[in-house]
Amino acid sequence: MFKKILIANRGEIACRVIRTAKKMGIKTVAVYSDADARSPHVEMADEAVYIGPPPASESYLIADKIIAACKQTGAEAVHPGYGFLSERTSFAQALADNDIAFIGPPIGAIAAMGDKIESKKLALQAGVNVVPGFVGEIDSTEHAVEIANGIGYPVMMKASAGGGGKGMRLAFNEKDVREGFEATKREGLASFGDDRVFIEKFIESPRHIEIQVLGDKHGNILYLNERECSVQRRHQKVVEEAPSPFVTPAMRKAMGQQAVALARVVGYYSAGTVELIVSGADTTGQGFYFLEMNTRLQVEHPVTEMITGLDLVEQMIRVAYGETLPLTQEEVKINGWSVENRVYAEDPYRGFLPSTGRLQRYRPPAEIDNVRVDDGVYEGSEISMFYDPMIAKLVTWAPTREAAIDKQIIALDRFEIEGIGHNIDFLSALMQHPRFRAGNITTGFIAEEYPDGFAGAAVPEGLTNKLAAVAGIIASVEAARSAEIDGQMNGPAVDPTEWMIKFDGVEHMVSVGNGRVVVDGIKLSIETKYAPGQRLIEAMLDGELLSVKVARRRQVGWRLTTRGRSHDVIALRPRVAELSHHMIEKVAPDMSRYLLCPMPGLIKAVYVEVGARVEAGQALAVVEAMKMENILRAEKAGVVSAIVAAAGDSLAVDAVILEFEQA
Amino acid sequence: MLAILQKLEQKRAAAKLGGGQKRIDAQHSKGKLTARERIEVLLDEGSFEEVDMYVEHNCTDFGIDAEHIPGDGVVTGSGTINGRLVFVFSQDFTVFGGALSERHAQKICKIQDMALKVGAPVIGLNDSGGARIQEGVASLAGYAEVFQRNVLASGVVPQISLIMGPCAGGAVYSPAMTDFIFMVKDSSYMFVTGPEVVKTVTNEVVTQEELGGAVTHTTKSSVADLAFENDIEALLSTRDFFDFLPLSNREHGPTRPTNDPWDRNDASLDTLIPDNANKPYDMHELIRKVVDEADFFEVQPNHAGNIIIGFGRVEGRTVGIVANQPMVLAGCLDINSSKKAARFVRFCDAFDIPIITFVDVPGFLPGTAQEHNGIIKHGAKLLFAYAEATVPKITVITRKAYGGAYDVMSSKHLRGDFNYAWPTAEIAVMGAKGAVEIIFRKEAGNAEALAARTKEYEDRFANPFVAASKGFIDEVIMPHSTRRRIALGLRKLRNKQLENPWKKHDNIPL
Repeated sequence: MFKKILIANRGEIACRVIRTAKKMGIKTVAVYSDADARSPHVEMADEAVYIGPPPASESYLIADKIIAACKQTGAEAVHPGYGFLSERTSFAQALADNDIAFIGPPIGAIAAMGDKIESKKLALQAGVNVVPGFVGEIDSTEHAVEIANGIGYPVMMKASAGGGGKGMRLAFNEKDVREGFEATKREGLASFGDDRVFIEKFIESPRHIEIQVLGDKHGNILYLNERECSVQRRHQKVVEEAPSPFVTPAMRKAMGQQAVALARVVGYYSAGTVELIVSGADTTGQGFYFLEMNTRLQVEHPVTEMITGLDLVEQMIRVAYGETLPLTQEEVKINGWSVENRVYAEDPYRGFLPSTGRLQRYRPPAEIDNVRVDDGVYEGSEISMFYDPMIAKLVTWAPTREAAIDKQIIALDRFEIEGIGHNIDFLSALMQHPRFRAGNITTGFIAEEYPDGFAGAAVPEGLTNKLAAVAGIIASVEAARSAEIDGQMNGPAVDPTEWMIKFDGVEHMVSVGNGRVVVDGIKLSIETKYAPGQRLIEAMLDGELLSVKVARRRQVGWRLTTRGRSHDVIALRPRVAELSHHMIEKVAPDMSRYLLCPMPGLIKAVYVEVGARVEAGQALAVVEAMKMENILRAEKAGVVSAIVAAAGDSLAVDAVILEFEQA
Repeated sequence: MLAILQKLEQKRAAAKLGGGQKRIDAQHSKGKLTARERIEVLLDEGSFEEVDMYVEHNCTDFGIDAEHIPGDGVVTGSGTINGRLVFVFSQDFTVFGGALSERHAQKICKIQDMALKVGAPVIGLNDSGGARIQEGVASLAGYAEVFQRNVLASGVVPQISLIMGPCAGGAVYSPAMTDFIFMVKDSSYMFVTGPEVVKTVTNEVVTQEELGGAVTHTTKSSVADLAFENDIEALLSTRDFFDFLPLSNREHGPTRPTNDPWDRNDASLDTLIPDNANKPYDMHELIRKVVDEADFFEVQPNHAGNIIIGFGRVEGRTVGIVANQPMVLAGCLDINSSKKAARFVRFCDAFDIPIITFVDVPGFLPGTAQEHNGIIKHGAKLLFAYAEATVPKITVITRKAYGGAYDVMSSKHLRGDFNYAWPTAEIAVMGAKGAVEIIFRKEAGNAEALAARTKEYEDRFANPFVAASKGFIDEVIMPHSTRRRIALGLRKLRNKQLENPWKKHDNIPL
């Protein structure tokens, strides 16, 4: 076996690979940029080599630096992780030229699968279902119309070199094709320097399902079943699971066998993933079509590991060393269900804006009871703008899909992140969403269910009373402790047990007793431990576990967060509650009249002047935060009445940039 | 006998109605509680013992003698907050608009005298139209009697003022002389002369809120320490605040139990200081991670944000915290931050509250605005306050400690008891670049040479070890051990004895 390997990556995947290497007794070398000097992967590895400034193009993407690091440390092989150099043939070739093993597939396979048209041709050749369409050069609009008519509408026109939603056009009829074909060509040329376009059938209720394959250098290739990754936001995967609720055993076998056939065509070994688009509207079990093959380890590989019991990184290393796969296709099993949530540094409450900064608090849930956390950060880490915004992958396993999802809900409730915006609440909302729970998902799920963005998860039945009960306990414990201060005139005061708990605009009368709490006349049994200052309270309420994050608010009360939503709670003694009704509810000023700075940053430009009439969507100003330029657009039409900030100003979050006239 | 008892009950009931239901309703409709309701919220349930309920005014002019309301516009007495004794007066806007009469003042003075005698804090709830004009100079005399007692009590018992309605003219000076002022947004204001007079005299048009509202006084003028949304929030927060304070200068600060381990390490502090020396970080994070349960009661959060002041606890005991804030003006000292921190340091010293100082200060803010407005004298206030303080003083330098500002921030030379530095500390006369430009003035045109010199200077001084080698730093500590070090230091300093030379009083540069 290799004595020492280098991991040409960072973050969670570097940590993930190092963990397996350690388990196998292999020494590890990390590489790092300036921005990662204090990152966990550097700390975990036996050795670490500095490879340059923060931008990936000046560090992690420079093959020569990686090779130099190998030579310097005597690493015999390189695991590329995902992203960065993982699918670059030039890198694999350079390693080969330097007699360093590449823990990945053969160069030819990377090259063949890297080209959309080439890979489609290979897929056809291997007998893999491909989306009905035309593979080859389309020379004119007339030709395009002819092809589209042949396939049947709707069809999708795509720039050959495109990706990420750019250079794609949907056509429902011949007219759409005539209008869109040339434009798609132009976009392809402008964005990717390639004006080749292909046309294919548009799949309805599309689901993203992929097959994990694993091969060795001795011609053995297995499929390790499927993963479903349909829950995506702007083509970015958010939730993955294995197996898929849509796939039947027969369909699985068909998909798996086709994936293996494709892998065989290119002489594949190591781990790879064949991505398929599946029509959710087609129940024949035949409605799956080849999309592309990723010739690397996928982000979402843990769910496959959880249901198969295999360590994919270990297998990749063994295969790279020349070992034979330890099992046959018949021995590949599906055990239970696994779900993965990607915890991103982006703020769903602010239109999923990326968030950067310091993780002032970072406490993932404990990795017990089939909860797995793959991360590459710790409390005090910096989430920088230079790399992927993913903070962690939260993976759960259970015998059934429902139980695995429920386990996610509890684990997310226990996941503590402070200092930057994150999507924990949003993920919890997804896990609780009836449509997700029913398995009725498509790649459009998030766009369809959250068309106006996200404002917190729906409050499930019964949660309100439970939260009131938890708040009552917190209030009583805190009050009792306050009454333990020394210097009292008449000895300790009697602990208060009666509270008015108010949140979400509703008042609840709460009476706290021993092992029970009465909320608005309804008795709940409660078992919990709370000490003042505790940040996570775990309570058994009527036999059901609820984990609630607690944050003290200086102004009388707490912010309680659970089940994908925060609640600002106040607790008042009954007499004070009575008096509180005289308080005037202050209406927060209508801020829709203002353009606010969405993040701390520097104003680069203000595009409008006082008196200007703007339309919804019009660019108003540019804010640079962490060297990223963010264009701020008008949410609705209006007339600019005042400009408060000028180019060059440094603004805090929510600072006013400009004002509109009162409607 | 029974009839007599009933009569007492009737008299009490009448007194409790203050200015009558109509005026009470008017008070409520403004979102304000009555004087007695406020006391109910502030104090432990049922603990209030009122005095002077039947006092009435003694004025006969301008027909005011036709109306006598028992209590005369102020409710006074004592009670407890979490069991600890406190004296309270609460002005009753429903009675003569809470205007201050001679008798009204007498009532306040009585509880001030009592509080001073027994050693318990005074909390004043202010809601008054001003002087009882019908009484003329008698009313002014009343104010002065209150002022005199404010001054005598200063530094002996904590005095807290809540401004919960108008407070104008002479009335402002009693709160001004107390230790802390809390205001209620939108319903309270403080000014020496109101908008009408301002308009007449200076032609300036300004609203009450702009001139002296809670936001104005907690951001611009720093007259007030905190602003609250409403009466309930202000009163309940005052209960929280009270729990940090000793009852008098004769007692130690209070202790209450906590589950937070005294020796809790926090590894994340090891990465608090950014790689880049010019990048700011939030000093609040350090404060929260050091104090018990992350519970920090900040005062004046919206004024002079370049310095942070407030109370926390370590092992359940109150500490005062002063910290430079790199997020605002790079944490420099200027006029406002010096004044803000100086007064806080003196409060802590007066009431035997240990002072923890976190230092990351690049120096004093330069410029004509600062110099012409007297940064020399104002900066001296903070220097003076630290130098005269005899309470336990623990200092932790996290990053920059440059120039005179290093001396000011509770340095060893000002009798700091434990002066720690993180390995990231840079203790020097000034930043390397500036220093090199002065020392090597002759090489000014030579960028390359200057860069080399800068590097040389950095290598020499951009660390805590030069200062440590001279004994100015007691120990260079790991950031993660900061809470443990501070807790241990406080234990060791519990019986600290240090006295300044006898004097009538000092002459701090006011």
